[in-house]
Amino acid sequence: MYVSPIREPLIRGAKNYSQVTKDILAPMAGTPSKYWYMGITLAGAAALFGAWATFMTVYYGIGTWGLNKTVGWGWGITNFVWWVGIGHAGTFISAILLLFRQKWRTSINRSAEAMTLIAIACAGFFPLIHMGRLLLGFFIFPYPNTRALWVNFNSPLLWDVFAISTYFLVSLIFWYVGLIPDIGTVRDKAKTKIRKAIYGFLSFGWTGSAKHWSRHETVSLILAGLAAPLVLSVHTIVSFDFATSVIPGWHTTIFPPYFVSGAVFSGFAMVLTLLIVARKALNLEEYITINHIESMNKVIIVTGSIVGIAYITEFFMAWYSGVEYEQYAFMNRAFGPYAWAYWIMMTCNVITPQLFWFKKIRTSLVATFIISIFVNIGMWFERFVIVVTSLHRDYLPSSWTMYKPTIVEVGLYVGTIGLFFTLFLIFIRVFPVIAIAEVKSVLKSSGDNKINAHHE
Amino acid sequence: MENKYFKSLDELTIDTTREIETTQAGDKGFILESQNEVKSIATASRRDFLKAFGFTIASAAIASSCEQPVRKAIPFLIQPEGLIPGKAAYYASSFFDGIDYCSVLVKVRDGRPIKIEGNTLSSVTRGGTSARVQASVLGLYDNGRHKTPLLKGEETTWDQVDEKIIQKLTSIKDKQGKVVILSSTIISPTTKAAIAAFMDAYPGTDHVQYDVLSASGILKANETSFGKAFVPSYRFDKANLIVAFDADFMGSWLSPIEFTKQYMQNRKLTNGQRAMSRHIHFEGAMSLTGSNADNRVQIKPSQQKLVLANLLHELRKIEGGETSASIPASPVDIVSLASDLLKNKERSLVISGSNDTQEQLLVNAINQLLGNYGSTIETDIHLKLRQATDEKMDALVEQMNAGEVDGLIIYDVNPVYDYNKKDRFIEGLKKVDLTVAMPVFDEETSAFVEFVCPDHHYLEAWNDAEIKTGFYSLAQPAIRPIFKTRAAQESLLRWTGNSADYHQYLMSFWETQIFPKAVNELFFTAFWNTKLHDGVFESGEKEDSGLEFTQDPSNEVLVNLKETDNPSAIEMVFYTNVSVGTGKHANNPWLQELPDPVTKACWDNYIAISPRLAQELNINDEQLVSVNGLPALPVLIQPGQQYKTLSVALGYGREKGGVPANGVGKNMFPLLTTNNGNKTYWIGDVNIEVVEGTYAVARTQSHHSMEGRALVRDTSLEAYLENPESGNEVRKEIKAHLKSLYPKAEFDGFHWGMAIDLNSCTGCNACVVACSAENNVPVVGKEQVINSREMHWIRIDRYYKGDPEDPELVRQPVMCQHCDNAPCENVCPVAATTHSNEGLNQMAYNRCIGTRYCNNNCPYKVRRFNFFDYTGSDSFKGNRYDPAEMTTDLRRLVLNPDVTVRSKGVIEKCSFCVQRIQEKKLEAKTENRMLKDGDVVPACAQSCPADAIVFGNLNDKNSKVSKYFADERNYHLLEEIHTLPSVGYLTKVKNKTI
Repeated sequence: MYVSPIREPLIRGAKNYSQVTKDILAPMAGTPSKYWYMGITLAGAAALFGAWATFMTVYYGIGTWGLNKTVGWGWGITNFVWWVGIGHAGTFISAILLLFRQKWRTSINRSAEAMTLIAIACAGFFPLIHMGRLLLGFFIFPYPNTRALWVNFNSPLLWDVFAISTYFLVSLIFWYVGLIPDIGTVRDKAKTKIRKAIYGFLSFGWTGSAKHWSRHETVSLILAGLAAPLVLSVHTIVSFDFATSVIPGWHTTIFPPYFVSGAVFSGFAMVLTLLIVARKALNLEEYITINHIESMNKVIIVTGSIVGIAYITEFFMAWYSGVEYEQYAFMNRAFGPYAWAYWIMMTCNVITPQLFWFKKIRTSLVATFIISIFVNIGMWFERFVIVVTSLHRDYLPSSWTMYKPTIVEVGLYVGTIGLFFTLFLIFIRVFPVIAIAEVKSVLKSSGDNKINAHHE
Repeated sequence: MENKYFKSLDELTIDTTREIETTQAGDKGFILESQNEVKSIATASRRDFLKAFGFTIASAAIASSCEQPVRKAIPFLIQPEGLIPGKAAYYASSFFDGIDYCSVLVKVRDGRPIKIEGNTLSSVTRGGTSARVQASVLGLYDNGRHKTPLLKGEETTWDQVDEKIIQKLTSIKDKQGKVVILSSTIISPTTKAAIAAFMDAYPGTDHVQYDVLSASGILKANETSFGKAFVPSYRFDKANLIVAFDADFMGSWLSPIEFTKQYMQNRKLTNGQRAMSRHIHFEGAMSLTGSNADNRVQIKPSQQKLVLANLLHELRKIEGGETSASIPASPVDIVSLASDLLKNKERSLVISGSNDTQEQLLVNAINQLLGNYGSTIETDIHLKLRQATDEKMDALVEQMNAGEVDGLIIYDVNPVYDYNKKDRFIEGLKKVDLTVAMPVFDEETSAFVEFVCPDHHYLEAWNDAEIKTGFYSLAQPAIRPIFKTRAAQESLLRWTGNSADYHQYLMSFWETQIFPKAVNELFFTAFWNTKLHDGVFESGEKEDSGLEFTQDPSNEVLVNLKETDNPSAIEMVFYTNVSVGTGKHANNPWLQELPDPVTKACWDNYIAISPRLAQELNINDEQLVSVNGLPALPVLIQPGQQYKTLSVALGYGREKGGVPANGVGKNMFPLLTTNNGNKTYWIGDVNIEVVEGTYAVARTQSHHSMEGRALVRDTSLEAYLENPESGNEVRKEIKAHLKSLYPKAEFDGFHWGMAIDLNSCTGCNACVVACSAENNVPVVGKEQVINSREMHWIRIDRYYKGDPEDPELVRQPVMCQHCDNAPCENVCPVAATTHSNEGLNQMAYNRCIGTRYCNNNCPYKVRRFNFFDYTGSDSFKGNRYDPAEMTTDLRRLVLNPDVTVRSKGVIEKCSFCVQRIQEKKLEAKTENRMLKDGDVVPACAQSCPADAIVFGNLNDKNSKVSKYFADERNYHLLEEIHTLPSVGYLTKVKNKTI
């Protein structure tokens, strides 16, 4: 492959194959560091807080939340959409970037995919817990039963069930298929018998034969082809929850593309937040380089700009439609009692990502980390603005109310964040955080030593 | 087979037969197959045994570990005659609580009264009810009722109480002491007879009536004008121009249900009528009636006399009569009003809610001048309510303190709570030797008397009433007494040595006293049975005293009139609201949770203040203030409140009412003063002091402007007569835009619809309580109302229009609109809410998993979610949320068995009373006839005293609802979003002077 002298190498440090294996497997070896223990204690405590909140919700009822007769969804659905959005980055990186032959994805796809799976699990928790009768939640599945009951296929909430579960399943398989060669490597490097046995089982008898590789590549490509449209469909369908309703501020045709780009936007931000910390903590700076981060920042500029245009378009349409309810809903967003949430959203999502036009900023780790946090916050507020400010003042002013979350709702949110980090910390101890095989495949063309050799 | 091992020959043969049978099984069908099974069990191996054993043990363990709730359903040993299980019986009765009267039907299911409905046979209340009447059935199951007679607070038996009371009475009689029966106004002729019998037996007994809401002013003014103290019968239906001074005649003044019926009869535009009465209201506080007036004029209570005097003066001037006296000018312009009144001579009605004799004398003079006596005010028919003069009560308390009273029997009143000089009363009570109270509920007074002889609840008791001259009605028990109570009348008779039960006494009284008044009746039994069935008997008799308007001392009033108004003084009005009223029903959770028709606040009383004064004093909503140094109350800023007038509700601050009543609000009765012998329901020159802190008031509506949306459409009569579509012009435009890709839903049989005449709705809230009673709507308590989680299936939206200092107020009852293109239906993932083939939007509670998506997508926000286990029907134990004690075994007796009690986590909403529709359909089917228009009446429509709600079949073009829908005034709420609601609203038409 032609190598441009101005193209930055994807892997630094003139690695050879065995060094790559050694470096990437390093975090899995030995006992975890004290930082790992501190992290998992903190995350576990947060998860326990969430467990308490879950108990309160199920036992006493949704009344422990701040919802009321007018605002039927609050933090619960905000968190749901936020987590689903975060769950978009992994599959986007591994499927869509694979189809587009973007080699820089190899260093980040594994952890991004793992993050996706965990985020989807966190997201899926919310529609369940926000049911008034959780124990009867199985009613949403179209299963044959003696009571002749069937689900309502007209309901976007039912589409959600299928969309999310399909996405989770495909993402899981895709991730696992990608893991198989690496699990083989882990198995081969394993020192204890138990480890060898477990990873041996998990590797499905991977030998690294040409036939295995050929099948692996084919399956990966097929799965990528399957997963790519799912990336677009999941958030499209989540946006239907709102778009197909009659509530001003929800009832908008712009929602599907706006939600998908918002999702990729927030997903990339979360990947950045995690990886900037992880590459440092796990000594993987040579694999996840500034170059990678810059590429991701470019995606953030694009998606962030799409989101910004969507916000402005919504306003324009509200005015252009001439519908008084619609116009009021948007004026209320910007200048009503929840205006603070709207302006946090605008600042974080529209203004901060534009700073990435400056190369200095988009190649700065500190700036990127800060901006990625801003985007995470901004995207959470976007969902809050959509869910709450549209509902709290809809058609009949007699029913207008305010909504304020309770400690139980905070607990559920913090709990899912705790769960997220707990699972992620376990993941980095159990599986290689970078796809070893895939990195090796680009080493030849984009490794430091090759590019340097070319220079010489 | 070849390698088959066997232990014995037997085994070998059995195996062989088995083989043969299996091969033949196909031919012999399942009988052989089942035989095979038996065989195979018989020949079970050890492994099969272990399998079966394991399964049995496991299933037994699972089955036994699931606790089965113990439910007791005990059948009747002897089936009562005429009782069909599952079918309701209705008994005519009369509601009277000392203040309000209503002729009612009591719905009884399986021996339990569960609902009160208006009695259409009564020509006084004509089927109308009020919120308190609707809620009274819950009073029967009040946890705070007296359960046995009490002696010095200890439970005892009737025999003991009787013995001791008779002993004391006899000793009082022997020493020629004085016994006083203190009661509310008695409208029951038989009770009066029982009291008279008691007075005969104990000479020296006095009967003092005491009204919490007094009409002393009217009584005394009429005594001067006509020579007899009486309350006349008012005819709002005959008046074209109604001028009311602080008289809340739709809410609390005299006979609100009757007056609302009459008033609205004259304001309907649905039956071809093209004229409407005009209603001008003068008041300081914003009342229910004032908010419905065509023109509302703000005056301070102290200015009323001046305005009345000027009105009289002006009328006389126009009439050319004597205008000698020169009087201070009126604070408001009444010149055009005077000429309007004169144009409506004999067709106008001037009333005042004031308890000031002089003011009522002025009102009498005005009505006399206008010739209203004999037309809109009937002097030959008297209203028998509010017969107490305040002076007598005050005199009694002084006598008690002077030690002149030896025995006091308190019946149906609670002066320790609601008498303004209660400390003096309590002091006096200590000096009385024999103190007896005969209350229904545990009350403040009960704690200060020696004997508590609990009376029946009215639904357990026989009684009668004469609400107006010649308008008799009967009350009959709908249930056996739940507790060891006894009719108060029976107690009185018992103490005279008469052991007749009150039922017998009542019948014999009717036989001798009432039956002779019946014209076409031959036999008493037949008369009694029909009247008991009807609940009412109207004899047509008139007062025979031939009352003439003789005395007119209004000139003296005019001459002595002084400019008393101190413009800077802040005055305070005391009123009773439509929910707890005088506080007697404060322990009724339905009433406590009922939002006030004006402020939409519940579970508290508060001080209403005008926006301007609030701004001047720099106070906001819910700021605590103290008036005249009394316990602090929160403030609510009330648009339309007179600038310098505060107002506060009486009836709160109960101390011994029960869990729902106690500590709710503050008792304001001690602030009432007496002026010229009459209780005055306002005080002048109050001192407001801002106290540190705020206090959250529960309100069901927090936004009060329509934001320019065409939700409640209104117009003026003038514009309406010109163009019946006026105010509703936008509908044509909307209809032109309504296009759909989908075919409109068709309904072959019934298509249920409801029409609401906004011109008739007063906002009295009777429908809200009726709906709660019919549909087992839970009570959520103050905290959850603050959290905007009230459960009412029907609500009355209230919006202000125009200047906040003098706004117009419009109302709109909103319940599920039963949209034919319902946004809630298609979003439910589990199809828990669906459309019926009769156009009903249905809820299957058992199917609901509580996603609340339907609630979000309902543009009308009429769906209600069970945030907690309000009813005790949740599968978890110990998580019940019941701050108002609505789930005690006693309270639960009020539940309607036809309506499912909803559990935690499900959505509920108005069903158009589908159980009533079903019942009437089945009735029609068994009678082999078609359902008639008007057969099905939902609870809200039935309770309405203004007949504002019409229900019926939209497929029937001749039904009333179809006619309403065809009216030019009809529109649908949010029609532009194409939800196709089945509820229509008719534009409100005001007869404003412009």
